[in-house]
Amino acid sequence: MDMLKKFSRSSLALPLAALALLLLFNAIFVDDFFKIQVMDNGNLYGRPIDILHRCSSLIILALGMTFVIATGGVDISVGAVVAISSATCCVMLGGDISGIPHHPFFLAILCSLGVGILAGIWNGTLVAKFKIQAMVATLILMTAGRGIAQLMTDGQIITVYYKPFAWIGDNIPGVMVPTAMLIALAMIIFVLFMDRKTSVGLMIQAVGINQVASRYAGIKVTAVLFAVYIFSGFCAGTAGLIEGSLIRAADANNAGLNMEMDAILSVTLGGTLMIGGRYFIGGTIIGAITIQTLTTTMYALGVPSDCLPAVKAVVILLIIVFQSEKFKQMFRDRALRKKELKESGKEAANA
Amino acid sequence: MRKFLSGAIASPHFPFYVTAVLFVILFGAGSVMFEGFFSPQVFLNLFIDNAPLIIVTVGITFTIISGFGGIDLSVGAVVALTCMTLAVLMRDTSLSPFVCMVIVLFIGLAVGALNGFLITFFRLQPFIVTLGTMFLCRGLTAILSRDSVPIDNELYGELAFWSLPIGDCFLSLGAIVALIVVVIATVVLKFTAFGRGVYAAGGNEQSARLMGLNVNAIRLKVYMISGFCASLGGIAYSMIMLSGYAQHGLGMEMDAIASSVIGGTQLMGGVGFIPGTLLGVMIQGTILTIISFQGTLSAWWTKIVVGLLLCLFIVMQAIVNEHKNKLMSLSAEGEAKKK
Repeated sequence: MDMLKKFSRSSLALPLAALALLLLFNAIFVDDFFKIQVMDNGNLYGRPIDILHRCSSLIILALGMTFVIATGGVDISVGAVVAISSATCCVMLGGDISGIPHHPFFLAILCSLGVGILAGIWNGTLVAKFKIQAMVATLILMTAGRGIAQLMTDGQIITVYYKPFAWIGDNIPGVMVPTAMLIALAMIIFVLFMDRKTSVGLMIQAVGINQVASRYAGIKVTAVLFAVYIFSGFCAGTAGLIEGSLIRAADANNAGLNMEMDAILSVTLGGTLMIGGRYFIGGTIIGAITIQTLTTTMYALGVPSDCLPAVKAVVILLIIVFQSEKFKQMFRDRALRKKELKESGKEAANA
Repeated sequence: MRKFLSGAIASPHFPFYVTAVLFVILFGAGSVMFEGFFSPQVFLNLFIDNAPLIIVTVGITFTIISGFGGIDLSVGAVVALTCMTLAVLMRDTSLSPFVCMVIVLFIGLAVGALNGFLITFFRLQPFIVTLGTMFLCRGLTAILSRDSVPIDNELYGELAFWSLPIGDCFLSLGAIVALIVVVIATVVLKFTAFGRGVYAAGGNEQSARLMGLNVNAIRLKVYMISGFCASLGGIAYSMIMLSGYAQHGLGMEMDAIASSVIGGTQLMGGVGFIPGTLLGVMIQGTILTIISFQGTLSAWWTKIVVGLLLCLFIVMQAIVNEHKNKLMSLSAEGEAKKK
């Protein structure tokens, strides 16, 4: 009982409960939801795999976003950076129908990641050096980013016929698990390592709580902010590779569209507050999975893709209201009043 | 000269002057480069083409000024919902277009009230709340109809094509409404107790509360104003498009925020000037006009130029703020010495 109480107070309780509820709903109403098969070519197949596969780029974005939000900022340019990164890779590989790449594959990947880091440096300069509010600073790249991506692709959708490009999003032949999932897993392990085994996490939280105090405590605030935005840019670059590989093309208009919003939502659902200071890596991951599970569930029920946002919105609004201090307080007040009533009743009976 | 410059930078309307100068430069450059650019009608077209954005931006500026991370991301979706509701109401019922317009204005008010309630009562982040209502409105629009619904009501068509002749030129109904909204908003913010309250709440919430202002009530009203403006902008949008479609007004919220910032509004709250906002929208419109006159440049250059302008203004604001702080500490030092 005590453990249950402890758990219900922990930050992970609500996101986990929401996910569990969704999964329960699926188990009852969607046939064969949890069935995982091995396909003829050795790949795993099934709805749970599909959910994890589809949300890997979201998890990667959300990980970067968690740190940014923990410092009290936000990075709304990640969707546009996803578009730039996937455009870079596709332009480097070229759209030859014969499938011969213009530049070596690893060079294209490096350039895509480099572009992401470059975007991070830009955002970091504005936020850390010029002390501009994070949302405004990243709004610049969000507005201009898609324009830059379109400039790179010349407004065309470049389709890549080079086979190995598809391996990033799908499976590498002979590997059972989709590559995107493995990349996401690697990122999670890296982030958890940084969080648990180094003091980076502590510094980020300190900066999020009070920048001036952190500086007096000897933390290089500028460096921490820089690092956080560069990491977010790197995450966006990685997600851009995955997104581009999934459709084997560079679509400057639609690649990563609204992904910044989904990433921010994942972070918030995970219990991290937008004001910064605290963060929950586990919560973020669960938040991202919850959003994708919700999407997949709705598709399984036959809800059309453009009506989906309405359902998503209702669930999200409910969750953030439940998480709010005010709501918890109202609950506590009621419990207190009940207790008081009981006690006064007892006293009255004793008297 | 230095003193004059320093004074100009410290003046509260400095960003507005810069925006105005920039607008004149941009428009002048267009006039020099292209024949036929410098005509009253091209100028008036800026209002006609951007009427919805002007109205929406006025609303969003209120929310930004009111502080507490104030922002309204739902406006683009409300525009889409308004257009779709109008189209569906006129297709399926025999209601007069005017009744339909009143209904959609109430929808905008309701969305704004929901935003305001969640933000003030539960003290949730405006960014997240309005993101949620943005998804909600987009989804509702798609539920009403997933395909484009044309508006073929005769009376509504007449309203849409009605124009006010000014000399050789004309203004559309939407543009006139937009100008009226700008005037009303300017007066309300500058000269009413409510308007001053909005600035006070955004400037320093704690002081505003201690002064006895009901900050929550002000913020609730501010979000209702933004919702109302969004649906009014939606009506103007539907008069241009004459249809309802789930993808209408996509990304309009970001255009509106960018215009507002270019017009001198600070996203931290407490600072903003509605005529500047109008100029912000018109600068975006001028860039679009120049690109369409030029003919060979592609539309994505707009995004890049607007991004660059945003960058310019934001860096300028940062410098201006620093300068102001310096002036304030200087004058404080001077006073201390006098004593």
